[in-house]
Amino acid sequence: MSKLKTLITEGAGSIRPTEVEDYMNVGGYNGLKKAVTMTPEEIIGEVKKSQLLGRGGAAYPAGKKWEHLLHIDIFPKYIVCNADEGEPGTFKDKLLMGKLPLRVIEGITIAGYVFGAKAGYIYVRGEYRKIQRVLKEAIMHAKGAGFLGKNILGRGFDFDIHVISGAGAYVCGENSALLNSTEGKVGRPRIKPPHLAEVGLFLQPTLVNNVESFASIPAIVEGGGSTYCEYGTPDSGGTKLVCLSGHVNNRSTYEVPLGLTLRELIYDPELGNGIPNGKRLKFFHLGGQSGPIGGPDQLDTPYTYKGLSSNGLSVGSGAVVVMNEDVSILEYLKGVTEFFLHESCGKCVPCREGNKQIYKILCRLATPGAPEPDDLNMLRRLVDTMISASFCGLGQSAAVALNTAWKIFKDEFEINAKPQALGHAAA
Amino acid sequence: MSHIPDPNKSVNLTIDGIPVTVPEGTSILEAARKVNVKIPVLCHHPDLQVRAVCRLCVVECDGGKKLKAACANDVWEGVNVVTDNARLRGIRRMILEMILAEHPQDCLACIRNQTCELQELAHQFGIYRPGFPVEARHFDIVVDTDTLVRDMSKCVKCGRCVTMCQEVQTVRAINTSSRSVDYEITTPYDKPLIEGLCVYCGQCSSVCPVGAIYENDQTDKVFEALGDKERHVVVQTAPAVRVAIGEEFGMPHGSVTTGKMVTALKRLGFDKVFDTDFSADVTIMEEGHEFLDRLNNKGRLPMITSCSPGWINFVEVFYPDLLPHLSTCKSPQQMFGALAKSYYPSAYGVDPAKVTVVSIMPCTAKKFESERPEMNSSGYRDVDVVLTTRELARMIKIAGIDFPNLPESEYDNIMGQSTGAAAIFGTSGGVMEAALRTVYEVVTGEELDSVDFEDVRGHQGIKKSSVMVGGTEVKIMVANGLKNARRVMNSIRRGECDAHFIEIMSCPGGCVGGGGQPYATSETKRKRMEALYRVDRDMPIRKSHKNPEVQALYEKYLGEPLGEKSHKLLHTHYSTQGKHHWYVPHVTTSKRR
Amino acid sequence: MQQAPMTEGQVLKIMEKYNNDPQQLIAVLLDIQEASGSNYVDEKWAALAARVLDVPLSKIYDILTFYAMFSTKPRGEYVIEICRSTPCHFTEAEEVVSWFEKVLGIKMGETTLDKKFTLSRTCCVGACDVGPVAKIGDEVYGDLTLEKVNTLVRSYREGLPSFREALACQN
Repeated sequence: MSKLKTLITEGAGSIRPTEVEDYMNVGGYNGLKKAVTMTPEEIIGEVKKSQLLGRGGAAYPAGKKWEHLLHIDIFPKYIVCNADEGEPGTFKDKLLMGKLPLRVIEGITIAGYVFGAKAGYIYVRGEYRKIQRVLKEAIMHAKGAGFLGKNILGRGFDFDIHVISGAGAYVCGENSALLNSTEGKVGRPRIKPPHLAEVGLFLQPTLVNNVESFASIPAIVEGGGSTYCEYGTPDSGGTKLVCLSGHVNNRSTYEVPLGLTLRELIYDPELGNGIPNGKRLKFFHLGGQSGPIGGPDQLDTPYTYKGLSSNGLSVGSGAVVVMNEDVSILEYLKGVTEFFLHESCGKCVPCREGNKQIYKILCRLATPGAPEPDDLNMLRRLVDTMISASFCGLGQSAAVALNTAWKIFKDEFEINAKPQALGHAAA
Repeated sequence: MSHIPDPNKSVNLTIDGIPVTVPEGTSILEAARKVNVKIPVLCHHPDLQVRAVCRLCVVECDGGKKLKAACANDVWEGVNVVTDNARLRGIRRMILEMILAEHPQDCLACIRNQTCELQELAHQFGIYRPGFPVEARHFDIVVDTDTLVRDMSKCVKCGRCVTMCQEVQTVRAINTSSRSVDYEITTPYDKPLIEGLCVYCGQCSSVCPVGAIYENDQTDKVFEALGDKERHVVVQTAPAVRVAIGEEFGMPHGSVTTGKMVTALKRLGFDKVFDTDFSADVTIMEEGHEFLDRLNNKGRLPMITSCSPGWINFVEVFYPDLLPHLSTCKSPQQMFGALAKSYYPSAYGVDPAKVTVVSIMPCTAKKFESERPEMNSSGYRDVDVVLTTRELARMIKIAGIDFPNLPESEYDNIMGQSTGAAAIFGTSGGVMEAALRTVYEVVTGEELDSVDFEDVRGHQGIKKSSVMVGGTEVKIMVANGLKNARRVMNSIRRGECDAHFIEIMSCPGGCVGGGGQPYATSETKRKRMEALYRVDRDMPIRKSHKNPEVQALYEKYLGEPLGEKSHKLLHTHYSTQGKHHWYVPHVTTSKRR
Repeated sequence: MQQAPMTEGQVLKIMEKYNNDPQQLIAVLLDIQEASGSNYVDEKWAALAARVLDVPLSKIYDILTFYAMFSTKPRGEYVIEICRSTPCHFTEAEEVVSWFEKVLGIKMGETTLDKKFTLSRTCCVGACDVGPVAKIGDEVYGDLTLEKVNTLVRSYREGLPSFREALACQN
């Protein structure tokens, strides 16, 4: 039996993306049609049963998030779709929005119905200009077909969706920064508390979910939460879009049931199909630049939220970047740190200054004779400070790759460090 | 569920094991201070919105690994907070080391040496050698129109100045820009302040924890004038200076140090020590009559006071259409200068060309005001050098004067006598109260039963009241802080303001909270305010029109309020073009050594 | 062929398209940049937007310097952005940079003398399945080879859209 699933990717590439008729031929809008016959509580009940965990990277239980927002008695409420797919190695939301935009729109519309919202926003990263046009066209068609706009499905429910463009800032993937940017402001994260469910877009209660999470909603509503959940494991329900890139033969996006092993993802002929040129895998980087790095020893870990986290790994965005034996871990981490050095919003000290100092130390550690005696000790302290004291998730996760890789490739880290530096680090 | 904290409910918690009960809505930081635990902060300022960006104040809650910023999180019932342990010390030290790695290490040659909050923290954490190789950034030092200096190499990016400029003053001249290591505080396109919206209120400088934004120190110019035998140097002191300068010498906040300050100025060698309070009384004579004139002759109302130069800049930049509402009176500082170069020389037989007028002001905008080209109606510059309270304190320290233990002296005459009405010019509501005392008696010819107008006193941003003057009800408003001023101006623009007379001061609290005052929080500003009302209460004369020296001035020199001489010397005009078009900017930049 | 400089009328029209809504500031600025012909937002237009949308210039400047897609200085008509994120970087993105440098005769970060091309780096554009990639305007080009780079530059220089359409990624 194929390991690939088409629970939420049914029709991707085979139908005309923005045509409602085509979409309906692959089961489109069955979810919304059923949803409008249910109460919000019933729908949320199904979402809870589905065990759907936020597909953007934070893995927060969607049902819990929805239930929390439902109990807030302040209106209007807003629905926001986080389509600021910026984690390097991640290109699954692009697939959904480009090839099945109506499924995303349907999911957002169901959320609009649940919360009695009048407006939804899809915040699409600025680099996806073409996708933005596809979404706008799909929205127009959905309105034409009565699935969006005034009096949806004749149920007296009005809901509209706006497409908002980012302009090149990874940090806008952080939900509060994303809301600032949606409001036309600079995209630096907000102070929390208050929680976005209470004080979100335009200071109103707001639901923010990832593209893939919204795209999963129609299937959950149509087939029921339990059926969806059964695709995956009891604690990690459903399917997940996984993006394989780097040194792997079949670089692409795959919809897989949660529960395959990393080895299957990378080596199965139907999936990654192994490492090119007969090379060996040195490490893999999960969930984008903010995620952990794992080594060959961890390949048999099941790709589920729980399975990975109990092995010090995580699903994150669904990115799996594979690197072969030729890659220097320090060079790779320099690349990761350079990314955060470019993308830090700059407002808090640990993230702004920490990335800079980490980069400098990594450069020294990668050069024979360059390291300062205290470098490893300082690096340790920098990593701890960034992870525990940064303002937002970006800073808190910027050193995760380094922290996890250090454990696996201790020798490579320390090869150029002077003997006295080793003494310090051990202390 | 969204929850609004109820300050009447109390919350029990422990801080480092010490039980404490505080009202709901109290931050962990404030709760800790209640039990004498001082959690370190750099970006936090009690008068400003929380930014939570320095991360120094992170604490552990209920043993959790995830840290919380004590400034940004309210306490909750039963929480056990740990504010100090090896982990937290390590993190705080690392944060400081990171900041220091790019901070210039020239503390000895910094204006904030010993008043720098970063220096204090580095000392507190025992950082005696840099953790990282120091690679300080080097930006040019920009001196803007002799008023404010920006040395952005020193900036720690705490953002206090931005909150002040954007949220409190709503001037929006400076903001954050760029990101990551390029993140900085700047004007749009890195232009000098003069080319942007800055009104020179200097509130940014009053909250800067380090030496990144500060007043342009002109003490050298004053020392030079004092050393010049040819110059006849007179000094005036603004009302709010006397209740603040003692803080610079460790005296209790709210100390009234008028007599000591006069002694110090005499010892510094000023030929005459005069009082801006004298010209404040003159201002009341002119402004009070101007108001009555507008009221009786259908002039433009509401009339708005014009004492605060940051406020004048604000109107010129943001509300040029409403300029006719401003009183044409010069500020007390400029009135004093004009009289010190005309009335005083004629009375004392001094050559006005040889007179140097120095002002001691709580204010940075006063420096800018003194440079306005039209401020020369006597034929000479009204005011030659303006020093802030902080700069005068510096002069006193340089001269080795033991300020707290000085004996007291009196101001010199003929421009040194003043009233309680003038003293309260230094606080929000004071100009209005002083004006009412005079206007009432001028109109009715009767003595006021009580000279205290409590409605206009206090710290609130906008105060409203009305007073029966003769048969007319005069509606008055008082606003302090430019955000509140903006609200008032918008209501005038919309035609929704029914006030007749409005007092506006650009700084929160009025001049007691001026941008040139010793570094302080609103708690201290309140004490200064109270001190000024004590000065007023204890004065033998409390109404401007009863000031004998002012009466003499009109008798011997000016004739009458709003007369020809007054008009020439004491009144001014405003530009609808804003400062950019008439003011010749001079900006000097110098390389850091 | 260089575009004529933008007029105030054009900029006002862009803002009208968004109902002069300050919440649409980022979209407005992106459109101004696109219409500029030189891939940047001139200070003059930023100041105009500040006035019309009633947003402080200091906030607009923050936005223009915060978001990577904006430039406050003129760039080439086409900005060629090479992804430098790790999935691309370790699949020979540096080689792609050197090809473009060779074909264009400029170094990374520079603009060609005819103001046609600027070569710059970018973070992940979400096309790691076809890395190394270059993004030019809205188009992303993947699986690059020296030959493809040559063809691409020629098609942009000589205005032959059919060439590049064939090379562009689907989404």
